[in-house]
Amino acid sequence: MNYVVEMKNITKVFPGVVANDNVNFSVKKGEIHVLLGENGAGKTTLMNILYGLYEPTSGEIYIKGEKVEIKNPNIAIEKGIGMVHQHFMLVEPFTVAENIILGTEPSLYGGLKLDNEKAVEEVNRISNEYGLAVDPNVKIEDISVGMQQRVEILKALYRGADILILDEPTAVLTPQEIEELGVILRNLANQGKSIILITHKLKEVMAMSDRVTVIRRGKIINTLNTKDTSGEELAELMVGRKVNLVVQKEKREAGKSVLEVKDLHALDNRGVPALKGISFEVKAGEIFALAGVDGNGQTELIEVITGLRNAIKGKVLLEGEDITRLKTRKIIEKGVGHIPEDRLKRGLILNHTIAENMILGDHHKEPFSKNGIMNYDIIHEHAKKLIEEFDVRTPSEEVNAKSLSGGNQQKVIIARELNRDPVLLIAAQPTRGLDVGAIEFVHKRLVEQRNRGKAVLLVSLELDEVMALADRIGVIYDGKLVGILSAEEATEKKLGIMMAGGKA
Amino acid sequence: MERDSKLKTFVENIKFPLLAILLSFLIGALFIIWTGNNPLVAYGALLSGSLGGLDRFGQTLLKTTPLIFTGLAVSFAFRCGLFNIGAEGQYVIGALTTVAAGYIFNSIFGDLPRFIFIPLVMLAGALGGALWAAIAGFLKSKLGVHEVITTIMLNYTSIHVSNFFVRTALNPSTLEGTTQKAYTVLLPESARLTQLKEIIPWFGYSSVHTGIFIAIICAIIAYFILFKTTLGYEIRSVGQNSHAAEYGGISVSKNLVLAMIISGMFAGLAGATQVAGLNYKVDMAPISPGYGFTGIAVALVGKNHPLGVLASALLFGILSNGARRMQIEGIPKEVVGIIQGIIIIFIAGERIIKFVSEIRERRNRKCNVEGVN
Repeated sequence: MNYVVEMKNITKVFPGVVANDNVNFSVKKGEIHVLLGENGAGKTTLMNILYGLYEPTSGEIYIKGEKVEIKNPNIAIEKGIGMVHQHFMLVEPFTVAENIILGTEPSLYGGLKLDNEKAVEEVNRISNEYGLAVDPNVKIEDISVGMQQRVEILKALYRGADILILDEPTAVLTPQEIEELGVILRNLANQGKSIILITHKLKEVMAMSDRVTVIRRGKIINTLNTKDTSGEELAELMVGRKVNLVVQKEKREAGKSVLEVKDLHALDNRGVPALKGISFEVKAGEIFALAGVDGNGQTELIEVITGLRNAIKGKVLLEGEDITRLKTRKIIEKGVGHIPEDRLKRGLILNHTIAENMILGDHHKEPFSKNGIMNYDIIHEHAKKLIEEFDVRTPSEEVNAKSLSGGNQQKVIIARELNRDPVLLIAAQPTRGLDVGAIEFVHKRLVEQRNRGKAVLLVSLELDEVMALADRIGVIYDGKLVGILSAEEATEKKLGIMMAGGKA
Repeated sequence: MERDSKLKTFVENIKFPLLAILLSFLIGALFIIWTGNNPLVAYGALLSGSLGGLDRFGQTLLKTTPLIFTGLAVSFAFRCGLFNIGAEGQYVIGALTTVAAGYIFNSIFGDLPRFIFIPLVMLAGALGGALWAAIAGFLKSKLGVHEVITTIMLNYTSIHVSNFFVRTALNPSTLEGTTQKAYTVLLPESARLTQLKEIIPWFGYSSVHTGIFIAIICAIIAYFILFKTTLGYEIRSVGQNSHAAEYGGISVSKNLVLAMIISGMFAGLAGATQVAGLNYKVDMAPISPGYGFTGIAVALVGKNHPLGVLASALLFGILSNGARRMQIEGIPKEVVGIIQGIIIIFIAGERIIKFVSEIRERRNRKCNVEGVN
């Protein structure tokens, strides 16, 4: 028995939900163990129990063979458990060293002054010990996200962690950074640290882990050796049915240009230039994907195209017609469908019913509205039809949009936008926050749209998604297009370099 | 089944306000005991004073009438996400334009028939309130000035504007050559609303007038606009989520102004019916009468639903009319103020609880959403 962590028969009940149902989970010394599951499957809950953020309703935890009760994170840290959260808990204006020693500061004059030299020395020591290079003297706000994550890991190690929990560690990283993280974690494991990764990304499971435990609806489905399994098998275990991971897509010739963006300039909300002369076109019958790290002008670009933001220079043409200065309503009427990147902020009115949400944008037109009076009978019929057609899981069309799950909310939006039969569909992060099953659905719909000869502009931060769906891929960096690759020539490496602003 | 679920939401919606009212009366009872009185006597007096007999009930309805209008005003704006603190000022201006219109139309057309004259002065009152509210609406939509600030300031402005006109252009001394008075010229007879006791004598001493019917019709109109028209859909969309409304091609600024104008019309009608039904003039006043402010509480208790506003305005009418009878019984009428206050705290408390849990929910959701990228 060489388990460092054993969680036995853990059950955690929240009011109305069983988040963990009689879960058994154990981790060996020196292994990288992935906890795999969809959103809401209960993986984060389980780890929060281990880290002392929640108390289990029932069950026992053993750390290195010793039975423990982890009532709070301090006890967890004492027992050698460290957690790196999705959202980094770093003090931005402080230096790397200050952040790492925070809470256990070496001090001078009996606690009056921080012993900065010693702090830097300590940080250098552990950073050398584990091969995690950082500059202790730079401020957190000046370093990349990948670096910040490294600081978080060092912080945990500094506190003596030999069991490391990482919650969705790759969510914010570029492909290159993910690769580096993999190397770092492998090194740590080789030095005897045990690592638990929480993720739902199959590729990373296969690349990084020794063993994988699949959790579905609060129950452990199976624990497997990574080398004995495959992505397909894991996906099936995770979702509970066969999933088609590969997007089926026939080659087809793109038609005439539908959307043309010419030398577009625009400011962001703070009045700083966000688009600095971007040009590209999207043709009928193709999916044109715009890849890039978040915050490089994607949001502003979509807003300008859809009339939600003013351009300061340049043109947007839809089927040859200048739509740059048109109002959103007109642009919708010209045939632009838009799946917004933030469905809660833009896409849905959460306190409106599903039926009311399904007409947003068309609400002023017949048959939904006639002479300024709404026809709610028709609106409800319309919603029922779309719910059926797009398989939205809801008790009825009269419930508020906020009571749906993320995947079903997205289906409502997609149903609404596709029902309008747009010539151009803009899909911004269309699978953000969705589980595997819903992602499959969204991808299928996008490809369908393309196959019907419509133009699709896909904006995504997920390289896998971009590469799976796109016919052509443009990379946006700092408000400009770095370049365009065809699906055949695009590789993760090339795109990664371009996303950082380099030429492929 | 559909009816069932509707009934369920209805019960769900009124459950909390009813509970709040009940609890408030219980706590109010403690205060009454504290003052050395019997709560049963006190509440008996409160109820008999406001509901015991058609004359007393008429007086209750009289007090209810302006509160329905101002409650509708506040809740209509709120449906568009606007906090119209300015129903008070819109009321004052509405009353003023009603008197002005009465004088002007009378001097141009002579004696108009009532069925023409009354709608005319009502319209004038509504437009006066609408104009006053539109100022705040435009400032909000064009310059982003927060409506709470502008409407509060316009409340002060309104009382001075009103006093100015009462002293000058609308004073009997100017228009009729009498001595300087502390009030305006009177509204012509044929522009006045009928008092119910003229039709049904059992209303006795009560001065309740047909304004109550106008108020109820306005509540139905407000309901219809909000829930049956395209305008209402857009207004509610802007109120719930202006980003999504914008995304759906709805003009946020247009709807903000429109909602404010309609809200101001309701508040202006409060002034119009008060002038045409009860006062027949506007007095010089150091402060405004406060219907607009009570309207905020009415809207809150009525959950910003036009029909809820009807019920809650009646509750406030009962409380304020019954308070007099309670005082006659020797119980300080401030107890009524305490009860009103506690009702509001409880209902606002529900909001606070919901608000906090929504923030928590949102935070959780944000974590989930970001966690997946």
